[in-house]
Amino acid sequence: MTYVIDRRLNTKKKSEVNRQRFLERHRKHIQRAVQEAVDRRSITDMERGEQVTIPAPDVSEPVFQHGAGGERTIVHPGNKEYIAGDRVPKPEGGGQGGGGGKASNDGEGDDAFAFELTQDEFLGYLFEGLELPNLAKQRLRGDSTFRTVHAGYSTDGTPAKLSVLRSMRVAKGRRIALSATSRRRLREIAVALEAAEQSADEVSRRRLLAEQEKLERRVRRVPFLDTTDLRYNLHVKQPQPTSQAVMFCLMDVSGSMDQQIKDMAKRFYLLLYMFLKRNYEKTEVVFIRHHTVAREVDEQEFFYSRETGGTVVSSALRLMADVVTERYPPAEWNIYAAQASDGDNWNDDSPLCGRLLRESLLPLVQYFTYVEISRREHQSLWHEYESVSREQPGVFAMRQIREAGDIYPVFHELFSKDVRQAS
Amino acid sequence: MNSLLHDPADNDWTFEKLARFDAAIGRVAAGFGLDTYPNQIEVIRTDQMIDAYASIGMPVGYHHWSFGKHFAAVDARYRKGHMGLAYEIVINSNPCISYLMEDNTLPMQALVIAHACYGHNSFFKGNYLFRTWTDASAIIDYLVFARGYIAQCEERHGVAAVESILDACHALMNYGVDRYKRPYPISAEEERRRQREREEYIQRNLNDLWRTLPKAQALDGREERCFPEEPQENLLYFIEKHAPLLESWQREIVRIVRKLAQYFYPQRQTQLMNEGWATFWHYTLLNQLYDEGLVSDGFMLEVLNSHTGVVAQPAFDSPYYSGINPYALGFAMFRDLRRICEQPTDEDREWFPEIAGSHWRETLQWAMRDFKDESFVLQFLSPRVMREFRLFAVADDDREKSVEIAAIHDNRGYRALRESLARQYNLGEREPDIQVARVDMKGDRSLALHYRQHHRRPLGDTTRSVMSHLHRLWGFPVHLDIVKADGTVERGWSTAA
Repeated sequence: MTYVIDRRLNTKKKSEVNRQRFLERHRKHIQRAVQEAVDRRSITDMERGEQVTIPAPDVSEPVFQHGAGGERTIVHPGNKEYIAGDRVPKPEGGGQGGGGGKASNDGEGDDAFAFELTQDEFLGYLFEGLELPNLAKQRLRGDSTFRTVHAGYSTDGTPAKLSVLRSMRVAKGRRIALSATSRRRLREIAVALEAAEQSADEVSRRRLLAEQEKLERRVRRVPFLDTTDLRYNLHVKQPQPTSQAVMFCLMDVSGSMDQQIKDMAKRFYLLLYMFLKRNYEKTEVVFIRHHTVAREVDEQEFFYSRETGGTVVSSALRLMADVVTERYPPAEWNIYAAQASDGDNWNDDSPLCGRLLRESLLPLVQYFTYVEISRREHQSLWHEYESVSREQPGVFAMRQIREAGDIYPVFHELFSKDVRQAS
Repeated sequence: MNSLLHDPADNDWTFEKLARFDAAIGRVAAGFGLDTYPNQIEVIRTDQMIDAYASIGMPVGYHHWSFGKHFAAVDARYRKGHMGLAYEIVINSNPCISYLMEDNTLPMQALVIAHACYGHNSFFKGNYLFRTWTDASAIIDYLVFARGYIAQCEERHGVAAVESILDACHALMNYGVDRYKRPYPISAEEERRRQREREEYIQRNLNDLWRTLPKAQALDGREERCFPEEPQENLLYFIEKHAPLLESWQREIVRIVRKLAQYFYPQRQTQLMNEGWATFWHYTLLNQLYDEGLVSDGFMLEVLNSHTGVVAQPAFDSPYYSGINPYALGFAMFRDLRRICEQPTDEDREWFPEIAGSHWRETLQWAMRDFKDESFVLQFLSPRVMREFRLFAVADDDREKSVEIAAIHDNRGYRALRESLARQYNLGEREPDIQVARVDMKGDRSLALHYRQHHRRPLGDTTRSVMSHLHRLWGFPVHLDIVKADGTVERGWSTAA
């Protein structure tokens, strides 16, 4: 007797719990691997998995076993020239015996345990412990998406929405209700008929038979399915709140910003973008670059074209304020801004930037971050921003990035739950 | 001439073809006298196969990180092409569950059905170790009970607490078996019914053992009771019954792991025989189909191609060598056994006077039923197979600079070679002999283990971590002493209080 069962349709998640337990147990190593990956990877391939290596002692499942040494005799196949009593020098490394190169049968060797994180897990660890500051606004908008939800049953509708199960159930209930008395009487008659037959009481038998026929006709007349029985699935459209965010990338592109600095800035933006994308259904990005004047550009131009000239940061802030009022009403959009610069600015302009931030920008945005990518002494812009950050710690945050390795830690600090709650 | 069971041009399998082949192979197997449990063939995807690997073939497993780790490891190696997956995994249960991979071709599926559903299946049902130690019809139920119970414990006591107990138990799993006592078969229903009772009973008994107030008789200076009176080889059982600090649910988990160890115990002792038996039968059954004209030449070629891959034995100096291939040696031994019965030579008559010329199917059945790897080799490894494999024994003594070739496949060496190889399959020889020796009842409640050393072989580096697992279960210091061959005892490892 054999049964053949097709299990291929079973869920893929059977071992998911065990995997999560395993990842949880080695969180420390995984987090380190993720951070190293962020530092190492090119900016375009953040969105894939990552190989994680864990030192063997940490994952080992120890059991009692013999160590090397002592006396042992081992049988091997494939003898070619040995005869009993031959002595053969021990192979390098010792302890293996037999002279054969023992191929490790567990691939990666004994020193470390390596496995792949999926893309989802990778991003999960990447943004672990981070949160978007200042409660996201959820907007109900007229043109936003609707979701069709089941809303019970209705007595009318299109044939396509007929709920057969529900209709049959109602019909059955009606049939039972309408025929119950007759059927009860029929059962009584059946008993009485038997009694009548036994006592040969022809009169009452006739009477009973007549009544039985009448009742049976009555039961049969109860329709199997009536139009009043029909039930239809009822669906209603519910407006879905959509959360949407816009991210402003502001960057100084004056002569002092070389490609390396811009690359670092781009990594920072990329992290922020991926983070927003994970949190909001809809994320838009506005690129604003500036030297002495600011312009809204596309991504390519933002990162790769070079210009020369001085630096007026306030021009970018002004443009951003304009774009917000024009296209992204703060009531509907969650607005985030990230500004990257090497710290250069006209000295006269910095107080103006501070005022612009305080008066027109910070009231509009959820969070404004400033990163200064520089190894030099801070200049007037930094000092001006410092005072802003002291005044409005929950909305404005700033950090310095010295080298590529700082990017992820800085990002982490800027969005970490604990740090911001403490500040 | 019979008509073919399949269309030679179409190598893909369908459920209908699987059923047809299963029926044909089943008929032939019954003709050869193979007695099997009913079969349950399950077709699965690659990732499900990896999953089956990771959960050591338990169709229903409790949750533990180590299974996740194994899954990740197999998955990574499989993706990189470091390893192929087995074509099949088979579970000792009734009905006997066999997993077939969906990407096998039809000849492969037929091979797997012959191998697993009739080869392994009849071994599970026939071999004395499986008959003694496992209850095929109860294992699935027991696994379901175990998973449910452990999930319950996780809910009640937290995942971390359960995990640390399981970690410790897994470390001692190989020491969770009574080697010389006949075990009770496990049954899920009984487990569930008696579990409550047991909890109370153990706690009561423990209190008796660890009574803090000395009994009146103890005061009169009589000889102290030594506990345990005899050395105990089953560490997990000892812990389950006597560890002073464990709570009832923890004892139950120890018991679950112990029961699983018992279930897997026969498999660890019959790998050579089990694989050899299954390989012998897939070879014999499919050849029979071919002889009956039921399968085409191309079909048989593909089967033989896979078969040859399975029974390949690289020589000791090959880069692919990783020990003796149990499929190869087991297959060669069973085939040679049949030859000895059917066409015995003078050498066979001298070496195997009782079986030379006997009925081959009865002899093979006897060999399959009443032996384990160690005794099977000792009884049936013929000089001819030793010559075919060109076996030689190497004696390695760490005090010497070179190793000695102790015996080779010649008249002087056959017996020594056979004994060496049999010892190699002896579980008692492969694993360190570690037993519970004494519990310090009056003092610090420490537990002393004895490692009985043979051939001066030391314990490995993992000992310290296993000891700390053991400490966690016992709750008081644990010592491991080494008993040398001459009877002297030396303190090996100790865990701090």
